Amino acid sequence: MASFAPTKAEQVPPAEVGEMDLYHSHSWWTTYVFSQDAKVIAIQYSLTAISIGLVALVLSWLMRLQLGFPDTFSFIDAGEYYQYITMHGMIMVIYLLTALFLGGFGNYLIPLMVGARDMVFPYVNMLSYWIYLLAVLVLVASFFVPGGPTGAGWTLYPPQAILSGTPGSDGGIILMLVSLALFIVGFTMGGLNYVVTVLQARARGMTLMRMPLTVWGIFMATVLALLAFPALFVGAIMMTLDRILGTSFFMPAIVEMGEQLAYGGGSPILFQHLFWFFGHPEVYIVALPAFGIVSDLLSVHARRNIFGYRMMVWAIVVIGALSFVVWAHHMYVSGMHPYFGFFFATTTLIIAVPTALKVYNWTLTLWRGNIHLTIPMLFAIAFIITFVNGGITGLFLGNAVVDIPLSDTMFVVAHFHMVMGVAPILVIFGAIYHWYPLITGRMLNETLGWIHFWVTFLGAYAIFLPLHYLGFLGVPRRYFEMGETGFIPPSAATLNEFVTVIALIVGATQVLFLFNLAWSLSKGKLAGRNPWRAASLEWQTPESPPGHGNWGPALPLVYRWPYAYSVPGAAEDFIPQNVPPSRETGNESHEALPGAAAQPAE
Amino acid sequence: MSEAHAAQHRKHPYHLVDPSPWPIVGAVASGVLAVGAILFMHGYTAWVLPIGFIFVLATMFFWWRDVVREATRQGHHTPVVQLGLRYGMVLFIASEVMFFLAWFWAYFNASLFPSEAIGGVWPPEGVATFDPFALPLLNTLILLTSGVTVTWAHHALREGDRDGMLRGLGLTVLLGAAFTAVQAYEYAHAAFGFRENIYGSTFFMATGFHGLHVIIGTIFLGVCWFRAWAGHFKPDHHFGFEAAAWYWHFVDVVWLFLFICIYVAGAGEVSAGH
Repeated sequence: MASFAPTKAEQVPPAEVGEMDLYHSHSWWTTYVFSQDAKVIAIQYSLTAISIGLVALVLSWLMRLQLGFPDTFSFIDAGEYYQYITMHGMIMVIYLLTALFLGGFGNYLIPLMVGARDMVFPYVNMLSYWIYLLAVLVLVASFFVPGGPTGAGWTLYPPQAILSGTPGSDGGIILMLVSLALFIVGFTMGGLNYVVTVLQARARGMTLMRMPLTVWGIFMATVLALLAFPALFVGAIMMTLDRILGTSFFMPAIVEMGEQLAYGGGSPILFQHLFWFFGHPEVYIVALPAFGIVSDLLSVHARRNIFGYRMMVWAIVVIGALSFVVWAHHMYVSGMHPYFGFFFATTTLIIAVPTALKVYNWTLTLWRGNIHLTIPMLFAIAFIITFVNGGITGLFLGNAVVDIPLSDTMFVVAHFHMVMGVAPILVIFGAIYHWYPLITGRMLNETLGWIHFWVTFLGAYAIFLPLHYLGFLGVPRRYFEMGETGFIPPSAATLNEFVTVIALIVGATQVLFLFNLAWSLSKGKLAGRNPWRAASLEWQTPESPPGHGNWGPALPLVYRWPYAYSVPGAAEDFIPQNVPPSRETGNESHEALPGAAAQPAE
Repeated sequence: MSEAHAAQHRKHPYHLVDPSPWPIVGAVASGVLAVGAILFMHGYTAWVLPIGFIFVLATMFFWWRDVVREATRQGHHTPVVQLGLRYGMVLFIASEVMFFLAWFWAYFNASLFPSEAIGGVWPPEGVATFDPFALPLLNTLILLTSGVTVTWAHHALREGDRDGMLRGLGLTVLLGAAFTAVQAYEYAHAAFGFRENIYGSTFFMATGFHGLHVIIGTIFLGVCWFRAWAGHFKPDHHFGFEAAAWYWHFVDVVWLFLFICIYVAGAGEVSAGH
């Protein structure tokens, strides 16, 4: 077939031949502390992120208990409630989602998927993890200082964030800002590494347009992070100076408890700009890896090539670029000029074009595919549905005229939880079920996975659909309790109780998932090589699970894109990326191919 | 594995590293620094902060000493590895550009839309600014000249002219130090404080972070001078020097923006201080 004619790459001998020296770790210390293997770092990142994520889960339970059953739990007071909100938001967005997608999946998958032995700056990679851990520890420390963690809301808006009436304004806010600064420093190091690895350490034949979309998503998200995080870093420095030295970057002249404070002339809106100039790209820092991963999951489990690969790549790039010019749609109620609002509403709605394109392409990938409803596939399909739901309410909120009445209501909470809470987390689950066999050599238990999926997916809808409705009723977000509010009917309280009960159930189901992770490590079904029969490079390593250095004696040669599923005339319904064109219709089993295929024909 | 062994068996262009203590030592050092900063900010003790700072500097020293060894004696920095380092440095500088962009944002936010609290004018009422065409202009000329001398050093290096390289680079370091000295003198004679109003706050943070970058860049170039003196650089393999030069040009360009936007465009009634 013409499209599988031998490419130039086939005749080129690989860059790496013969004997290779590679350090092999011997002890616990060299494996886990002084090591630099991206796979080990990925596991460290993931476990840390999941651990701190559990804290955020417990905080959300506490919030829901208060909202569902006000005046019942004496151990939750208003100040603590604001602390829960703040820490829940910060942990989920930054310390869990960003760290898990980029530090976890990025570290594990990038080198394997592009055919590299490791990241290009392994020491810097390790430093990145240790500093991330330090940032998490500083964040956790804020729970134990006098006054507790900051209760300024996850957006940390001044002047509230640093006034003494706000919970945690003694130590909590400083620890929060220091932790963020550390996270950004650590992340910048890791990010440089991911981008350079993708640009420079690809195997022969792995052109940019043959990279799996997972790599594209993580790559673009990292570029966004490198350019967006500095704004938050500067914002954190300025706020620290305002709080400690009494400068007035963000602080206007203000009277607190009848006392004129020494501040004057600062602009609280400046912080909002800096925060959201980081904050909106941050949404895509989380979403783009999810887009990429879900594309790969759909393709593998529908045994169908991804529809419109080039369009998908360019959509990722365009979304990434546009994400820098929409930030002020988070600030429609800050008193901005209507023309300004018009500009940001327009750019916001333009993002819907490449995003909708991606959704169409996912759907068309499934069209006439041989759909296997495996657990990863269930999560991937659930992601599409949830993402469309969350995205559509995004169109509501992107229009200034609709946003203003809905601003600061539960509708906003429902929107962003659907689109950047539930949707990416569904992808994380799907990805863990998909790549767990690669990492551990064992499958996760399917029955437990099935229960986990349905409770999580239906539960997420049972929690967040009612919140849209509560938002329309005018129930405000971030309120400790409603009390007797005239315009809110009593049924809102019943609905809140329902949501709380579901939230407890969904949260408890995540424990089932963690149990599955731990149990399957030793008791899970053996996965064997490439259990999903995937074509992308990470499954084609000579050792499975991949060893240190990933590729044994020789780096792989790549002959095609990672979506060669159900190719007419091929011996099997998938052709791994590193199988030479001469062998794809042959009688040999693919089991024998990967290692042999990479040998140069000298 | 031994150094000679590694060089002998090099069959691939990538640098596969051995375990190193410096990442975790660096993280612990950062931890001491961060905790020290928190303790200092809350007025508990000022002693942990400098210890953390020295700890971080020491880690940097030893880590980069190892990098230099990998690059020179162990021969790990193949053309491919050098290319990766180039990409990395470009991305790092891009990230730094965004960092300064945020400081300029704060400055423009205050200066283009002056609030009532500062009298609705920029610079704020009662703030006597520096005469941009006195010391700031001198500093501009110093930095532009240093851009020329660092390019001189680069060309000399590529021609294999060691003396020219050392002379050009040495001059660059001296010019960098001169810039810092002039800036320190200027700060000492400022007619406005850091805290009093938004003018002083944005001025000192933007120019102060620039000054910090000048100091870092000067040290970076100074290290390169010693490395050149010790014969580390070859006409076709001297990325450490190139990175320092890129960084220096970046610092130079930031200064031009600072000079135009803050010193010239933001000049008001000039203080009589100098």
